[in-house]
Parts: sequence; structure tokens; C-alpha cells
Amino acid sequence: MSNSSDWPLWEVFIRSKQGLNHKHVGSLRAPDAQLAIENARDVYTRRSEGISIWVVESNNLFASDPQDSDAFFEPSESKVYRHPTFYDVPDGISHM
Amino acid sequence: MKEISLVDLENRFQKKVDSEIRIEPNDWMPEEYRRTLIRQISQHAHSEVVGMLPEGNWITRAPNLRRKAVLLAKVQDEAGHGLYLYSAVETLGADREQTIDDLHSGKAKYSSIFNYPTPTWADMGAIGWLVDGAAIMNQVPLCRCSYGPYARAMVRVCKEESFHQRQGFEIMTVLAQGTPEQKAMAQDALDRFWWPALMMFGPNDDESKHSKQSMKWKIKRFSNDDLRQQFVDVTVPQAKLIGLTIPDPDLKWNEKTGHYEFGEINWDEFWQVVEGNGPCNFDRIKARKDAKEKGMWVRKAASAHAAKRAARKTA
Repeated sequence: MSNSSDWPLWEVFIRSKQGLNHKHVGSLRAPDAQLAIENARDVYTRRSEGISIWVVESNNLFASDPQDSDAFFEPSESKVYRHPTFYDVPDGISHM
Repeated sequence: MKEISLVDLENRFQKKVDSEIRIEPNDWMPEEYRRTLIRQISQHAHSEVVGMLPEGNWITRAPNLRRKAVLLAKVQDEAGHGLYLYSAVETLGADREQTIDDLHSGKAKYSSIFNYPTPTWADMGAIGWLVDGAAIMNQVPLCRCSYGPYARAMVRVCKEESFHQRQGFEIMTVLAQGTPEQKAMAQDALDRFWWPALMMFGPNDDESKHSKQSMKWKIKRFSNDDLRQQFVDVTVPQAKLIGLTIPDPDLKWNEKTGHYEFGEINWDEFWQVVEGNGPCNFDRIKARKDAKEKGMWVRKAASAHAAKRAARKTA
């Protein structure tokens, strides 16, 4: 039987206007990329929310593991000196 | 990695929820939380989809082109809302098609309001004004639901829903200011939809079996009775303003509490409709099943077209 479940799941990304990133908005089922893009237009841009659409098969998306996120992101947590606020700037110094 | 006990996981989860950190699809969550969300979100999706039927009834007979374009856009939005929600339910590992089959088999419910018929044009007004109004009341707090994908879907839905309510109220306003027959038609629609709209908020708090746990998990933010009261308080003055009468002899303003008091809801009718014995339950499910079965050729054609396109590419 032909089911929408037989169709792959596609993740949809929309660029709302020129100069901004594509942003994830949701997913949908479609038999191929072309139809996924056309369906995404109808589902996610009925009020001019987008000027460009990306779709990617959900199977092709790889994610970091939330269970390990503490350890995984720890290297950046412990390096406060990467932020400008770490440094003392003497009074009277400007443009820095 | 050391083993974490189930109790620890559950405590950690509740702590996240308590501190308003959203739960995302791959995060650990209690099985019952997942089941509750799958049930609630899929039934919400079904309500959006079944909700197209009472209004779809009037698309070909809208009184003018403007009304027709508006109604068409509204019904199309409801389809979109259903799709945002099926997308959210799939993030929980549920099978989209299975949830739809559960609707068709009667296993999954949908909002009981859509089991009432729409015999007159004024019903399009009453549905937009009251049914979408009640839905907004229910959905705005869901924008802060603990489950990220559901909350984000609700943000989109709520943005779109406010046009739905306004177009309904506009229909009612125009009819209420029209000929005596038109005004009577508007009043009749209000008479038929008022009580079912109040039932949309669900059973009284002490009767609502899932409420307590859902509040603890911050899936639900306000109780059924609180939301119902809020709806009555904002809607009664709107009816007055357009010269229509709320069909409730017990309705009265309470100066002390700052709320309207209203009459007893007919819960027997509510449960009858939920159990499948409302005026249109059979027709609604039949329409959905027919849509799937008779529309199957569209899916097959889409698959065949995609296969041809792929073959052309490799040729």
C-alpha cells in the first residue's frame, strides 16, 4: 500500500529574507526533494515567511547526543578568557 | 559512563521542567510524558484536520467572493496547523500514518465541537468567533509548553489563529446589524454553538483525569475551569456589543469576584459526543476515511512522478 509513511521525512529550513540564515521550521513527508520543497512552500510560507527553502532528508541529519552534552561542550564552558569581559580595561581607555 | 538510575533521570527531568528548560526530541523523558504528548498532539492534529469539515461545507456557498476567499484561506490554515502538529508528533517517535489510522478506527479522539452540524452561513461566524476564540484561549498557554516542538508549533498556530477569530466575529457583526432574518440567523448560531464552545475546555477540574500530571510536567499551564472562565469573561461583552444574547438564563456579572457566573454545562451531552454519539461523529470519520481512500491515487501519482523524475536524472 502506498502510504505517506513510505515517503521519507524531510526537515525544512527557511530563509525569511535576504541576508539571514536558513532556519529550521519543521518537517514533512514527500516522495522526493522537489515535492518536499513545493509542500514546504504551502505548509510553512503561507504568509510570506520565506524567500528560500532548503529541505534535507531527516535520515541525512546527524546530531550531537544530548545525554553527553555536558562533557561534549565542557571545553568551551571552561574558557572564560575567550570573552572580552574577562579582561580588565583601565578607566579612560576607549575604542577597545 | 556510569549507570544512572531511572529515579535520577526522572528527578533531573522534573528539575529541567521546573526551571523552564524546554525538553527537545532527543532528550531523555519519562515514557508516560512521551505517551501523554503523543496522545495530546496527535488528537490536536486530528482536531485541526476534522475541523476543516464543518467549514468546508460552506466554501462553495459563501455569500460573496471576499467571504469565499477568506474561508478558503482559513480552512487551508487548519490543514497547515494539522501538518505542523503531525510534524511535532513525529519528533516523539510516533508514526504519522498510524496516528491517522487511530483516528479512523475511533481509537484516537478529536475535539468534540466538530461533531456539530453547520446548517447556516452564520455558523461560519459562530465557529470563527467562539470555536477559534476558545481554541486560542487553550493554545496561547501551550506556546510555553515544556516540549519544544509542540510549543513552537503552537506559536505558529496562534499567530495565524487570530485572523480566524476576527473573520468570524466580522461575519457575526454584519449579520447582527442586517435584516431581522439575518440577525435571527446570527442569534440561532450563537444559541447552538455557545454551550459546545464552553465544553471545548474539557471536564471540570475535579473530573479531568490527566490534568494534574500535565500541570506538573508543564504541558498544561492553566486548569480547564480557569480557561473556561476567562473565555466567558471576554466573550460576553463581545456578544453584548453586537446586540446578541448569550443563551444562558443563569449568566450574571459578579461584582465581588470580577467574573461572570454561568449556568451548569450539560456534561451528559459532552460525554455522549465524546463517545461518538454526537450529531455528526459518523459523517466526520467517514469523510476522513474517504479522503484517505479516495485520495490514495494522488499519493500513488506523486510517488510515480517522483520515480520517473529520478529515472530521468540517472538516464
